[in-house]
Amino acid sequence: MEWIQQLVNGISLGSIYALIALGYTMVYGIIKLINFAHGDVFMVGSFVGFYSIVGLGLDFFTALVLAMIFCAIFGVLIERIAYKRLRNATRIAALITAIGVSLLIENGFIFTWGPQPKAFPDIIANGSFEILGAKISIKSILILSISITLMVILQFIVHKTKIGKAMRAVSHDNEAARLMGINVDNTISATFAIGSALAGAAGVIFGLYYTKIDPLMGIIPGIKAFVAAVLGGIGIIPGAMVGGLVLGVIETFVNASGFSLWRDAAAFVILILILIFRPNGIFGKNTREKV
Amino acid sequence: MKKSKRFWLFILLAVVIYSVVQLLISTGVFGSYYSNTLILMAINIILAVSLHLVIGITGQFSIGHAGFLAVGAYISAIITMRLELPFIVGIVAAGIIATLAGLVVGIPTLRLRGDYLAIATLGFAEIIRIIFLNIDYVGGAAGMQVSHYTTWTYAFVCLVITIIVITNFTNSRHGRACISIRENEVASDAMGINTTFYKVAAFAIGAFFAGVAGALYAHNFYIIQPVNFGFLKSFDILIFVVLGGLGSLSGSVIAAILLTMVSTYLQGFPETRMIIYSLVLILVMLYRPQGLLGTREITDFLKFKKSRKGVAQHVE
Repeated sequence: MEWIQQLVNGISLGSIYALIALGYTMVYGIIKLINFAHGDVFMVGSFVGFYSIVGLGLDFFTALVLAMIFCAIFGVLIERIAYKRLRNATRIAALITAIGVSLLIENGFIFTWGPQPKAFPDIIANGSFEILGAKISIKSILILSISITLMVILQFIVHKTKIGKAMRAVSHDNEAARLMGINVDNTISATFAIGSALAGAAGVIFGLYYTKIDPLMGIIPGIKAFVAAVLGGIGIIPGAMVGGLVLGVIETFVNASGFSLWRDAAAFVILILILIFRPNGIFGKNTREKV
Repeated sequence: MKKSKRFWLFILLAVVIYSVVQLLISTGVFGSYYSNTLILMAINIILAVSLHLVIGITGQFSIGHAGFLAVGAYISAIITMRLELPFIVGIVAAGIIATLAGLVVGIPTLRLRGDYLAIATLGFAEIIRIIFLNIDYVGGAAGMQVSHYTTWTYAFVCLVITIIVITNFTNSRHGRACISIRENEVASDAMGINTTFYKVAAFAIGAFFAGVAGALYAHNFYIIQPVNFGFLKSFDILIFVVLGGLGSLSGSVIAAILLTMVSTYLQGFPETRMIIYSLVLILVMLYRPQGLLGTREITDFLKFKKSRKGVAQHVE
């Protein structure tokens, strides 16, 4: 029953990707920007979690909430300072700015706190139990349940609250939403806040699961989460969840079948195949281009 | 007539720069530190100009240029170190294989636009890097030892050839087709331009010169490792083009010279260097999104003065 165990590992990894991918997909859906700095928000969340457990002696769930709040504020700051002026700029200018912000956060962090990796404290009991002969650790169950809870809350916010309705309206048609009296700027900031909070949560559970965090840890998961968002159809929230899980499972199986050095390539191969054969993603609809 | 005059002026200038620097190197005024910096500068200019053709002229946003640099570096290293052929064969082969890689990457991805193209090229560059990481023949993660063959002469000759080819391409009818794709792809398609062909052609030419730069790069550093060709390297090249001005060849040359000097001074402080780079990138995009020179060339400023005089005379 080796493969059940791998499947559970894959789903745990995939749920981390899914949480990051949600932020990408929400931001892309609303302002059509690939927020390269999103992976670094994830990194910052991980470090906030680390310092609040080690430095402040908080328990895991308080640290998780603290990291989410901190990242929400951080995400809004990034949006207000760097991206807000670029609403009417070309897409390439916005993309280059996002790359710049990402490099600035990484290197500013290294400059201030040093490049050394930190060992994330092991504060959850390392137990495991067996189902059908597969050994499943408590940690993966915990990660999975946190991710699912957050996703349910997100679905509730997007579909049942006023701000969620505003977000859907702005992503549908920015101008029309403004004419209907929706405060577009605040709605975009709220999107950044929610997306960044999810990335912060992903950072803390990543630290718990992999136990080693460093200032450049956001780059690869960030790009892979973007792949997950594209896989599910960018701009579509359920797509990001499914894309993240699929990517996590595929990667774990590539890793388990003895090609561990090719693990990172798997995500990019998937990205290129999906972009060539189905650029709108699994859940995307075909849109015709108009002149 | 006028164009050829400009061409010979450029050749004359190149010969003068070459002989002055060569004289300074051979008389020992420039030590190995300075000559290495100058070679690095030439390599960076080749990279910047080759990416300028893809992003600045054709308007295809590629952020995976380091992939072709890696192909050139490894192919040339295999030819000189494993097959023990002369360096010049290595340079040519690096360019040709990088062109093939450019075709393989370009034909499927150039159907995509904007953000998606950017991410796809980034993905391909990472795949190229991971392939080299997994081939034991070229040393895997530990890298490959390479002898030091790159001299100022090799670097400068390659640089001059790159600039001449790309300038002539830009000013030819093919170059104008590429510019029309940059300005409006749908409209240029409607005017009967084979947009796919020109996009792939520009991409392949850009890849060729990136491969040549890779050959020079590999034989300047004694060792090449897959980790040197990650996407941070692609961003380095991108910054030259963006800072200089999207669409300005002289702009990207100037930016490459300036930023090579800055990064040589800050060699011991890589974080400081990257902080400066990223701040420059953000500030340029926020306050001058067209880059320092925009789409103009440095020679346009000279012409502007003359033509203003001409207009004044005309009015009189």
